Amino acid sequence: MTDYKMHLLLCGGTGCKASESDEIKKELNRVLENHKLQDEVQVVSTGCFGFCEKGPIIKVLPDNTFYVQVTPHDAVEIVEEHVVKGRPVQHLLYTDPKTAKHIPDSKGMDFYKKQIRIALKNCGFINPENIDEYIARDGYQALGKCLTEMTQDEVIKEVKDSGLRGRGGGGFPTGLKWEITKNVENEQKYVVCNADEGDPGAFMDRSILEGDPHAVLEAMAICGYCIGADTGLIYIRAEYPLAIQRLKVAIKQAEDYGLIGDDIMGTGFNFRIELRYGAGAFVCGEETALIHSMEGLRGEPTFKPPFPSVSGYMGKPTNVNNVETFANIPVIINKGAAWFSSIGSEKSKGTKVFALAGKINNVGLIEVPMGTTLREVIYDIGGGIKNGKKFKAVQTGGPSGGCLTKEHLDIPIDYDNLIAAGSMMGSGGMIVMDEDDCMVSIAKFYLDFTLEESCGKCTPCRVGNKRLYEILDKITRGKGEVEDIEKLKELSGVIKDTALCGLGQTSPNPVLSTINNFEKEYLAHVLDEKCPAGQCKSLVRYDILEDACTGCTLCFRNCPVGAISGERRQPHYIDHNLCIKCGVCFEKCKFNAITIS
Amino acid sequence: MTKIKSLADLRKMKEEVQSKIKLRENSDNSGQLVQIKVGMATCGIASGAKDTMKFFIEELEQEAIDAVVTQTGCMGFCYAEPTVEVILPNKEPVIFGHVGKEKVHEIVDAYIKRGELVDGIIPVNFKTIDD
Amino acid sequence: MDTINLTIDNKTLVVKKGTTILEAASGIGIDIPTLCHMKLDDLNIENKPGGCRICVVEVNGRRNLAPACCTEVNEGMEINTHSMRVINARRTVMELILSDHPFDCLICAKSGNCDLQDMAHNLGIREIRYQGEQSTYREDTSPAIIREVDKCIMCRRCETMCNEVQTVGVLSAINRGFESVVSPAFEMNLDHSVCTYCGQCVAVCPTGALTEVDETGKVVRALSDPTKTVIVQTAPAVRAALGEEFGMEAGTLVTGKLVAALRRLGFDHVFDTDFAADLTIMEEGTELLNRLGKHLSGDKDVKLPILTSCCPAWVKFFEHQFPEMKDIPSTARSPQQMFGAIAKTYFADQLGVKREDLVVVSIMPCVAKKYECGREEFKTNDNPDVDHALTTRELAALIKLSNIDFKSLPNEEFDNPLGESTGAGVIFGTTGGVIEAAVRTAYEIHTKKELPRLDFDELRGMEGIREATIDFDGLPIKIGIAHGLGNARKLLEDIQAGKSEFHAIEIMSCPGGCIGGGGQPYHHGNADVLKQRQKALYTEDKNKAIRKSHENPYIVKLYEEFLGKPMSDKAHHLLHTEYFDRT
Repeated sequence: MTDYKMHLLLCGGTGCKASESDEIKKELNRVLENHKLQDEVQVVSTGCFGFCEKGPIIKVLPDNTFYVQVTPHDAVEIVEEHVVKGRPVQHLLYTDPKTAKHIPDSKGMDFYKKQIRIALKNCGFINPENIDEYIARDGYQALGKCLTEMTQDEVIKEVKDSGLRGRGGGGFPTGLKWEITKNVENEQKYVVCNADEGDPGAFMDRSILEGDPHAVLEAMAICGYCIGADTGLIYIRAEYPLAIQRLKVAIKQAEDYGLIGDDIMGTGFNFRIELRYGAGAFVCGEETALIHSMEGLRGEPTFKPPFPSVSGYMGKPTNVNNVETFANIPVIINKGAAWFSSIGSEKSKGTKVFALAGKINNVGLIEVPMGTTLREVIYDIGGGIKNGKKFKAVQTGGPSGGCLTKEHLDIPIDYDNLIAAGSMMGSGGMIVMDEDDCMVSIAKFYLDFTLEESCGKCTPCRVGNKRLYEILDKITRGKGEVEDIEKLKELSGVIKDTALCGLGQTSPNPVLSTINNFEKEYLAHVLDEKCPAGQCKSLVRYDILEDACTGCTLCFRNCPVGAISGERRQPHYIDHNLCIKCGVCFEKCKFNAITIS
Repeated sequence: MTKIKSLADLRKMKEEVQSKIKLRENSDNSGQLVQIKVGMATCGIASGAKDTMKFFIEELEQEAIDAVVTQTGCMGFCYAEPTVEVILPNKEPVIFGHVGKEKVHEIVDAYIKRGELVDGIIPVNFKTIDD
Repeated sequence: MDTINLTIDNKTLVVKKGTTILEAASGIGIDIPTLCHMKLDDLNIENKPGGCRICVVEVNGRRNLAPACCTEVNEGMEINTHSMRVINARRTVMELILSDHPFDCLICAKSGNCDLQDMAHNLGIREIRYQGEQSTYREDTSPAIIREVDKCIMCRRCETMCNEVQTVGVLSAINRGFESVVSPAFEMNLDHSVCTYCGQCVAVCPTGALTEVDETGKVVRALSDPTKTVIVQTAPAVRAALGEEFGMEAGTLVTGKLVAALRRLGFDHVFDTDFAADLTIMEEGTELLNRLGKHLSGDKDVKLPILTSCCPAWVKFFEHQFPEMKDIPSTARSPQQMFGAIAKTYFADQLGVKREDLVVVSIMPCVAKKYECGREEFKTNDNPDVDHALTTRELAALIKLSNIDFKSLPNEEFDNPLGESTGAGVIFGTTGGVIEAAVRTAYEIHTKKELPRLDFDELRGMEGIREATIDFDGLPIKIGIAHGLGNARKLLEDIQAGKSEFHAIEIMSCPGGCIGGGGQPYHHGNADVLKQRQKALYTEDKNKAIRKSHENPYIVKLYEEFLGKPMSDKAHHLLHTEYFDRT
């Protein structure tokens, strides 16, 4: 076996692949071969590094050099300068936005400093398509330990003691769920991994499956051992082709090694894992809907009870856990419940992966201990708000959650605190908004999403959300009335009170939380017919300041609808009947002569 | 394909495959490990720095010492190439000049294993703008 | 613990474990309103998607409201079914449903029979606070059923009937969110689908989204055309249900008034499909005995069991689903078509009327009969044997349209020759009836002995699948009965798998048989209505002077004068048919 002297870890997650990471790999290998270095330097395609804002990423080991926004072009320079001569390529290093200095070592990056990686521990570290690398990182040791040294109850106790709660959103204690399913007697039981990640902007489950698929397989087998199931099913959306491919490879490799299949590690325990594909319906994240979808039925929820732990897939007891929840299990078994529960807040143990998105500098995937504050996440790890704008709100919990404002920045993030603050954990999407975001439009955006994703089964969700959307739309068009705000509140209340499943019961949350936190903004829309953030096109008016206009004709030439007129070197004018409020004139004007009101 | 038939099998397997990612594990924990940086600019390479690096890797492996051997740019001591910076955990870096095969053995044997200084240390008497 | 103590609206009660809030409340006279929920006791049919959310109630300590139809009671539960919160939620949900429902109640086919309309009335909805876009869909017209999907409220009752009860699998919810609606896959037209036109979807639809094709206009036109002779036949199950449309108790027999009403409507001759039912028994019974004889004498090619073929939805079902078994059902046409064939030949000749000038109208408990009379094999020179098939409901509408006070009509007798029938013909209208009628005749022809008894209780009932062995004087004849196409499927699959062996099987598509047909007055989820209708038919049978088909004097005469004998060439040509592979 060749011992490489240097490893180039290249992100092979979906995001970086889209930015040509495959091409980069090819180029690197080509240049390395030209320099006859192919036996000394190994290029490894890994899972996501999390720092997606600056992808594609290359991390050079052993010196931890962290290259960002690499292109296939850069391969020659990286090899000739860094590999051959040992000189880091300066212009590819990450620049700290605060000090404006290049940071050569990823350990020096604020983005990584406050993170603790449990679920993501192997992401960006191992080659997910090589089981040996997983085994080298204690892979399948936890399964072996459970099967040979622990009883089912002992494993369940360990999981319960760890304090791990469901990472899919609900936060139900995982060990308790296992125990309930274990205690239902049935010849046939199932373990289901919910990989139907649907929150807009959330991609932690995909990244885990792409970067560390074996962790999920191992955890599912452990769960199967605990509850008495011999079959695991991974319900994954067909829009995740890379994750599917990596899972297929992982399952094949684990089967070849006998780590899943019959008589695992000589213990007599059998466990096989199959993939089931979903068509990417948000509602199929709800466990009963997910199960119906796996059964080949329409993906819509049914009333609980009976819970899946009693009657799930094919009417058999079924334990459903989310990808991230599973990814924590092997570590908990290996390092112990006490270690795990020492991390996090009082009622929420361990870490949580968040997908940072929106108006934030470091868009990406992070894992922080429960109890980290929003401020730390947004400012320290996330690098603050883009373009120096002011922070306005952050939406957690996806379309089921709510928005939090600057008053909430110092709340330690955990399940209970977020609910108390009027939002929820959800699967960990975190969308940051700045002063240019109109909160009515934000509520409308989320409702538009739930409207599309509602299964249509129950009246409040099918029709009620449509009506909520219509009222919000009316407000953003400047046609709203004060009573509409009251109507929104009332209808939201009834929808929460009467909808069948979690999707419907939480769908009004973005509406209610934006009204609670930004009622003035709603009132501005309905009373003054103004959008304070300047986002609602119908309420915005562009004008040219006569004094400032030099008559350079730039706006005139760029207006796509010919709404601007005027003589050269004379002030120009906007015809408001023609203006489509696209904002091009505003962007183009070099003299700040265009005003928005 | 070898089947893993017991937990013991798995543990054995882990030992076997661990070397594949050892370099990565080590660089992740570089603070706790011996770090060796070989100056690998033109001057260093011309003086045989590549071989020096190879010797270090071989020697350390033979002695079963977990260490991170990396290359670095020109350290400015072109008269003493190949130059090597050795950082023991919780200690100040020490730079050695004229490090050939013999010297590698000496550094590993005396300085790294026993903490005894050896000849050829280059005193570092400047600060960088970062300090 | 098998019992649960709870309070509903401050009343304490004890119920069995597993009882729903809805059932518990109903037991103490609290009628929680429901819309999507439907339960047909005895028939094992339940639609409980928990989708409409009208039945929500407040449960003390629970975060949100609970749907009464699918929430099981717990020990110590305290339930309030009409708190302010409940009433507000219920009315809001109703307003939401109505906000996406066309406001054409006055001209809707379902007006007066619409569960949604009743519910809006009961909840006192006077305005709709949340108005907005309404969903619109293409109207889908088939030979028997019209889908006006704009009126669909996603109660999913039709889906339960089509998929779970009938296992036909045409209707299911499609699309998502606001666009969700029940439809055939890919929004295909019904007539391109494997729909059997059994009409059970129509029978349970709470709104006007699913209705039968209205042919009353065509019948009125024919009746007022002086150049046409218009005759009518009425199926057995109609007489046991028509009264309901005029406020009479379920199970009231209205045979005499029915005849009187048809006569007042202007039909030139008022006949009885029961006559044709007797004819069916002659042909089908003979076919059974032929096949049985061959089988007993060791003929390996002969197929048993023989399956009845009088139900058009059942015929279409096996043509789609079991084409490999299409040589097993009897080749005998259904009574409706036998009547039409005889009417347009034998009877037209007697009247001296040309085929084209004779209009045959049938009154059927069924919507599939509309489709059946349009099948090509039942036409001569493009002229159908039966011109128009009306449902029981359409007949009621015609009677109302013609200012006839149904309840005060005298009892009148059918005309002859095609109006004379036996008790055997009457019981065709219920599950088990066709096979009982066949046994009465086949027994006597086979054994050449008189039956010691005529009531075969072992063949009667509401069980979905029933089996009985009838002793044909030493020869045990194994009989199977299934009603509801799901049960039929089960029986056929058992036969295919070699699990069951029968000599003869009766299959009816609709739960309960024709008494529960898709064209009958709406039962609104009350299974007791079907039982009362069934009882009425057995009463009519009992009261008949002649109760065996082969003893019907006009049948005897028909064979003497026209057909020769059962299964003769002429009988074969006019009274038998063939089946097609529709896969």
